[in-house]
Amino acid sequence: MAGPILEVRAITKKYGKNIVFQDISTTVNEGETVVVIGPSGTGKSTLLRCINLLTRVDRGQIYLDGREITAPGTDEDEVRQHIGMVFQNFLLFNHLTALDNVQIGLRRVKGMPPETAYQKAMAELERVGLADRAGHYPGQLSGGQQQRVAIARALAMDPRIMLFDEPTSALDPELIGEVLEVMRKLALEGMTMLVVTHEMGFAREVADRIIFMEGGRIVEEGPPEIMFGAPQNARTREFLWKITELYGKHEGQGRGNPG
Amino acid sequence: MFSNFFQYILSGTATTVSVTLVALPLGLMVALAFSLAYVYGRTPIPAVIGLYSTLMRGVPPIVLLFILYFVVSGSVNLSPFWAGSLSLGIISSAYQLEILRGAILSVSGGQMMAARAIGMSRWRAVRYIVLPQALRLAIPGWSNEASIVLKDSSLVYALGVTEILRRAQQLSATTQNPFLAYSAAALIYFLLVFATNRLLDWIARRTRIPAHF
Amino acid sequence: MSNWLQLFINSLPGFLDGARVTLELTAIGLGLGFVLGLLAALGRAYGPPWANALSVSYIELFRGTPLLVQLFLIYYGLPGLGVTIDRFPAAFLALGLNSGAYQAEYLRGALQAIGEGQMMAGRAIGMSRWKTVRFIILPQALRLVLPAWSNEPIALMKATAVVFLIAVPELMSKAKSIAARTYDPIGAYLGAALVYLVMIFILAEGIKRLDRRVRIPGFGDAEAQHGV
Ligand SMILES: Nc1ncnc2c1ncn2[C@@H]1O[C@H](COP(=O)(O)OP(=O)(O)OP(=O)(O)O)[C@@H](O)[C@H]1O
Ligand SMILES: [Mg+2]
Repeated sequence: MAGPILEVRAITKKYGKNIVFQDISTTVNEGETVVVIGPSGTGKSTLLRCINLLTRVDRGQIYLDGREITAPGTDEDEVRQHIGMVFQNFLLFNHLTALDNVQIGLRRVKGMPPETAYQKAMAELERVGLADRAGHYPGQLSGGQQQRVAIARALAMDPRIMLFDEPTSALDPELIGEVLEVMRKLALEGMTMLVVTHEMGFAREVADRIIFMEGGRIVEEGPPEIMFGAPQNARTREFLWKITELYGKHEGQGRGNPG
Repeated sequence: MFSNFFQYILSGTATTVSVTLVALPLGLMVALAFSLAYVYGRTPIPAVIGLYSTLMRGVPPIVLLFILYFVVSGSVNLSPFWAGSLSLGIISSAYQLEILRGAILSVSGGQMMAARAIGMSRWRAVRYIVLPQALRLAIPGWSNEASIVLKDSSLVYALGVTEILRRAQQLSATTQNPFLAYSAAALIYFLLVFATNRLLDWIARRTRIPAHF
Repeated sequence: MSNWLQLFINSLPGFLDGARVTLELTAIGLGLGFVLGLLAALGRAYGPPWANALSVSYIELFRGTPLLVQLFLIYYGLPGLGVTIDRFPAAFLALGLNSGAYQAEYLRGALQAIGEGQMMAGRAIGMSRWKTVRFIILPQALRLVLPAWSNEPIALMKATAVVFLIAVPELMSKAKSIAARTYDPIGAYLGAALVYLVMIFILAEGIKRLDRRVRIPGFGDAEAQHGV
């Protein structure tokens, strides 16, 4: 059994008086795919942002590869290089081509020479099936293609773990499949992933473990067979039933080939 | 006689253009620093810059020009040309600040977060991600400001700088034909403003991001 | 500082005299500009070719040249053609013509937003072109134009300050004579700046209230567009 890459110990996040979540603890092991589900406003996005140090936790510690990244004096920019993040609304850099979106971190953060950065970026675009779109600007790509470029941009930094925040929620149903396909491939290749999603088909098939969050707490977690088959908690059951009703419909037709 | 007439006014044109070429970039540099400090600065800074902007834009440019002129020329020994140009630049900085601030705010947020997420420092994210987009976005507002500064450069007439309007006034005295003299001045301004707008339109087209904005 | 305050208080009657003239210039310039701007915008959008050409030339010429040049052309230039004009009418005319060109552009934006459809619909129920403009287009356009237009009173009040150069006794002109009398130009112009700030602040507040009152809920955001 591979060791933990990410360890979250009893973290709490508040905005003013509003407690978003409290005492959240979990561990993600190397090569594992963990899916986080839960109703809107539960703090799933906030959790990912805390892990990526895009916002500060109020209490608790986060460890990456055994090193505490919430310790004072941590070089946050350096930490973020090792944590890939994929946003719901893609957030590609609008003024850069697909290739430059993937390259800019290599050039300006890692300081790679142009030729090496180019090779690496092209390889990452190849990995998400978009090498032929390298010269396109974000506005010239479909939503699904934009999200795949965003994945390549994160992968290019060679992260230890990839965080996905509802990566398919902003997509038209027919474009969801190509993004899930890329993510499935990544999981198979052994990438460590923490994924917030409403795509239950993906969770059932790809996840090693599912975490159900509600009201700022982890209500239940376990392997998909148990979570879908025999959840212990009534709230989990209710939520899963609702979510399958809402999002389950298009899953069958959503599967397409990337590219 | 007629060609002499035009030549005389054209010599004032060089001064008008020079005033603009000093004031506009000066205003831009101040505005750039201030707009970044406004958006990314810590607590008292945005409030101070907001006050600067409100005060500067709440007073007629000619009044500010006189205040700044007397302040500047009282402390350093500068010609009216330089004192006037620098003052116009400072006045323009408040208006350019508003243009840049709006542009930065409209690209910041998500783009900043995405840049930080791949490990860019705040400064690099501003330099490579936010500013390249914000500056493009600011071009239409900025080109409007460029022609305003060009037109406002006529205000340094009041400080005795021999720009187009002053030349026209001298000509109207010597030729006894004030209508022709001031019409010529108006025509030159019109052409300058027209050319400025065309040039900036061209820059905007050249720098457009495909399928964006 | 206390010196300056003394100077300011002593000069206050003069400043207030000048401020009254500044307000007059703003009000008359705005009114004249509104009439001219309306005519130019309508001429441009719905007029025959000659009216269109005339409107476009007017708008472009007055937006493309400095107000100061326009002022001198009217005050010093027109007498050269045998038309003498006093400083007050010259100032009103220059400010009105200048403001009209800008107001025409604001109105043009509103007319464009209304589009061709409303004109077509008016004509389709048998209204004349003019009647459609009068009863269908304008009521919408005037409401739509307000957020953009509300910059104009403030811009115009600031613009009026240049007419001191033809010796109209407004606020800036008063500041200049106070500067000459007291040998304290910085103090005098700072005093004028303060009076301008107060006037412009009050004007901006008033417009903000007006905007809020006539705003159609969920229809554009008037607040965001204010200059001050
Ligand atoms: N920057 C912020 N300032 C204040 N409150 C915030 C901020 N960001 C999030 N919140 C609050 O934190 C709570 C959790 O938000 P979050 O976006 O993390 O939920 P979520 O589980 O991702 O929901 P969704 O499924 O809708 O994306 C919400 O109540 C939200 O209002
Ligand atoms: Mg979320």
